Amino acid sequence: MTAVETPQPLLRIAALTKRLGGFTALDNVSVEIRPGERFGLIGPNGSGKTTLINCISGAFRTEPGTVLFRDEDITRLPPHTRTRRGIARSFQIPRPFRSMTVAENLMVGLDFAAHELVSESRRRDTMMSILTRMGLETKANVPATKLSQVELRKMELARAMATHPKLLISDEAMAGLSSSEVDEVLDLLMSFAREDITIIMIEHIMQAVMRFSDRVMCLDAGKIIALGTPAEVMADRRVQEAYLGT
Amino acid sequence: MTRNGIWFWSGAALFLAACLLMTQLVGNQYPFFAAYVILQFMVLAVAWSILGGYAGYVNFGTSAFFGIGVYTAVFLVKEFGAPLPVQIAVAAAIGALMGFLLGLLTLRMQGIFFSIATIALTIVIETTITNWRYVGGAAGIQLQRPPVIEPFHSYVQLLFFVQALLVVLAIAISRFIHNSWIGRGLQALRDDELAAECTGVPTLRLKLVACVISGALMCAAGAPAAMYLQYADPASAFNLNYSVSVLAMSLIGGTAHWAGPVIGAIVLGTTQQLLTVTISSEVNVLILGVMLVLFVVGAPEGIIGLVRKLRTWRGGGRA
Repeated sequence: MTAVETPQPLLRIAALTKRLGGFTALDNVSVEIRPGERFGLIGPNGSGKTTLINCISGAFRTEPGTVLFRDEDITRLPPHTRTRRGIARSFQIPRPFRSMTVAENLMVGLDFAAHELVSESRRRDTMMSILTRMGLETKANVPATKLSQVELRKMELARAMATHPKLLISDEAMAGLSSSEVDEVLDLLMSFAREDITIIMIEHIMQAVMRFSDRVMCLDAGKIIALGTPAEVMADRRVQEAYLGT
Repeated sequence: MTRNGIWFWSGAALFLAACLLMTQLVGNQYPFFAAYVILQFMVLAVAWSILGGYAGYVNFGTSAFFGIGVYTAVFLVKEFGAPLPVQIAVAAAIGALMGFLLGLLTLRMQGIFFSIATIALTIVIETTITNWRYVGGAAGIQLQRPPVIEPFHSYVQLLFFVQALLVVLAIAISRFIHNSWIGRGLQALRDDELAAECTGVPTLRLKLVACVISGALMCAAGAPAAMYLQYADPASAFNLNYSVSVLAMSLIGGTAHWAGPVIGAIVLGTTQQLLTVTISSEVNVLILGVMLVLFVVGAPEGIIGLVRKLRTWRGGGRA
């Protein structure tokens, strides 16, 4: 696996703490994510998974703590700059641009973050190829508000892919989907990973996490309680306690 | 140029030609006096919707920008005897600067807080001008119109044509933004600011751009008003009615397309002018309120939205 061969991490989070009011959502979290890695992030509700994602994508400012992406300190950068450097995300509750069609949603990402595609026609071609890959090609001109749940989830991933990411963060892209739909989304994420896109996947569906991840990290109350291969993490007593509450 | 572009610019040329022809054929001065006001509101509504419509930031400070435009002209005339084009150009520059500063101060606020801040701006500026003796203070100031230039027969005709040029300029800018990546970015941030940021849209920078352009156009629209009335006083130059009317025009026309505020300004502006003549200027405000309520309830996306809905409904019926 490439992850073992390349020692330089793609993303390095060091001593990250985030307080939301009086509540400490993340407590001194440090982790390194390797290029090309498929990284699963699990933990009970309220354990700080989405907060961590918000700190990586720039939606939250962190203090103290640093976030390094490709050896550059991005801790103080606004989200759009991070996106342009290669960090893309989906949202737990889908946040489409509601007044736009599916195609236009993707064009936003292509217009603003994919610098290498200079001409409008090349951007359109790329947009269509992403949609085709997602199985959304027939929905290109459909308003985003008219999509089904699974289509909306796919569109969120498609929009993130339109920004040409090096790191894709999928925040519960499979929540509320049927098992066949889960497989469909999982296959898509797998295919992105094969293109050397590093993926952080937050998920509650354990089977999906197990199948997908090279490594899994479990958060509980803002702290890392386990980090290792999926089997190791699942066998960890503290993880079982956190999930089962015993 | 695209086919749409050709249509647009031919339409603009035709409109200007018609305006010019009107000044040659119509002897009565009243139509120009009334049409000037409608054109002025067209510029204001189009300018307003660049920030208020495309970006969804409801600006109640139209009257602040308009008033600054008026007083820029007043100052330039009194100090330097500057000609009209200079008045408009300088007003636009000051409007752009004002938009930039307002944007820096307030665009981090969202929703209603931004709107409140723009009202505060209006009050601060009006108070400042009211206490500035050089431009007349609270009592206002009289201005002398310069001699009229050929081929126009009166200064109001000249101002009418200048305002028509501003209309074309404002619509061209608004249309350009609407069709470009700037428009797409503004639309994205209106829908969802965080999602837009995370898709690479520099939201603060785009909002600043919108605020600067919108402010420049509003101030430019205000500059000729000094000579139009030959008089300026803070209470009327900074009248909150400008803010409310312009907002109503944009919403009634529809903010999803550049044509929305144009249609809104024509419909509402004409109605207002007719009512002023036939009943009274006070009824204006009442009608404005009633129309706004009707549209907010019945057609929240304005006339543009209504037309689109009818089209899809008809298309669906045929299929």
